[in-house]
Amino acid sequence: MSLLRKYLQSGKFVITAEASPPKGTNSNILKEKAKLYRGKAVAVNVTDNQRAIVKMSPVPSSLILLQEGVEPVMQITCRDRNRLALQSELLGANALGVKNVLALTGDHISAGDHPEAKPVFDLDSFLLIHLIQKLNNGYDFNDHPLDGKTDYFIGGVINPCSANMELQLLRLEKKVKAGVEFIQTQAVYDLDIYEKFYREAKKFGIYILGGILLLKSARMARFLNAKVPGVRVPDKLIEILERSSNPAEEGIRIARDLIYGIADFAEGVHLMSVGQEQQLSRLLDEIIREKPDLYTPPAINQ
Amino acid sequence: MIVSKLKPLEEILPHLENYKRIFLIGCGECATVAHAGGEPEVMDIKKKLEERGKIVTGWVIPRETCHIPLIKKELRIHKEEIKETEAILVMACGAGVQAVASATEIPVFTAVDTIFLGTIQRYGRFLEYCSMCGHCVLNETAGICPVTRCPKGLLNGPCGGVLENGNCEVNPDMKCVWVEIYEKLRERKELSLFKNLHLPRDYSRNKKPAKLFLKGL
Repeated sequence: MSLLRKYLQSGKFVITAEASPPKGTNSNILKEKAKLYRGKAVAVNVTDNQRAIVKMSPVPSSLILLQEGVEPVMQITCRDRNRLALQSELLGANALGVKNVLALTGDHISAGDHPEAKPVFDLDSFLLIHLIQKLNNGYDFNDHPLDGKTDYFIGGVINPCSANMELQLLRLEKKVKAGVEFIQTQAVYDLDIYEKFYREAKKFGIYILGGILLLKSARMARFLNAKVPGVRVPDKLIEILERSSNPAEEGIRIARDLIYGIADFAEGVHLMSVGQEQQLSRLLDEIIREKPDLYTPPAINQ
Repeated sequence: MIVSKLKPLEEILPHLENYKRIFLIGCGECATVAHAGGEPEVMDIKKKLEERGKIVTGWVIPRETCHIPLIKKELRIHKEEIKETEAILVMACGAGVQAVASATEIPVFTAVDTIFLGTIQRYGRFLEYCSMCGHCVLNETAGICPVTRCPKGLLNGPCGGVLENGNCEVNPDMKCVWVEIYEKLRERKELSLFKNLHLPRDYSRNKKPAKLFLKGL
């Protein structure tokens, strides 16, 4: 059974993290990231050709994490695979021991390093969630019985701080109807807005992990506000970063405060990383040291 | 209408390298409206080919070039010029080019790229609103086609890439069509249509190549 599911069902606070697979066969990259999070994060997301940039597939990448003693959350998108390919990947990954999946539509191909490629989008995130629920029930998408069903803990993504919260809640309702069990959100910087979203979203009876993205500088914060849909860094935080003599350290402090703030009312957070695994690993050490009552990291070698 | 666009001459010429005597065929329908195969464009290509040493044996702009019987008739009418012709250059959509190719043994080449099924916004401005997917969802999406107008062709609402102003992440100058559909359905108190899970498209309904033979005709 998924450790992530166990944590959430038992009411333990959850911290998940993220590892992006290598562009190439250098699996040491994943092993190093696994080492940084082993015994610290409950589970680690493995991204799937994130930003439409070719990387190692999430299936073997998830297996590498498993072999390194880290529970993966395999991200899978609809951009590069039709419904046959999605099903065979999902069946294979589950047989290899992957128990958590995060179903995404996927960034558009034009964002990545092969903009000439054919975008697939045979399914979308809603239909992918629906499909995984069918696999969990022992049937393929067209209701043919499977020889061995999957036991995925089904995740999805929502923008909690979007300007149009009503639309986001409708999307969430639809994902819940399709079978989503947990949500990892887009980056949260405004706790008031997030709490408002969280209270509404919890009515659907799912688990919600608030997204945390380390800010490195005021410039990065402004970039996120301008370019990343659904991300709003409040002016107050931008000012703090601007005035700080060490904005990277300040970004870690901000993230820690956000995590503790979310812990006051919610069940967990998801740490996204843009090449900041070292800093996030240190932040996890600090939380484990500072707040043993809040967060119990997973045992090593379970 | 079918929107087509003239290829750059440099892309066409290598294919005509071994042929000196060329006959030109435009199209009186879509390619005329799209300014890819109307009389001005045919005259312009004629001039450019002649400047490069080709002999244009003749030209015609059929009423519609995608009509095989009509093309056969045009080729009979112009049989004297065609007799002198080594290659035919067609300035019409891919359906037109192939209609011509199926009606003659002479090598046929195209001068255009066929781009999309266009809705005319106003003179000279064409928008892709329909992709002829064979499985129309417009009755459930407030008359706005997400299969065509969403870059990802999503059937169940917007992706996570809706910008703060409601525009599309892929085309930031364009409003997300799913936000448009949502707003219209909300206005009409038909949000249940939004909440329903739309099953994916049934591609078995439009296997390539498609054909339609009407009964009793």
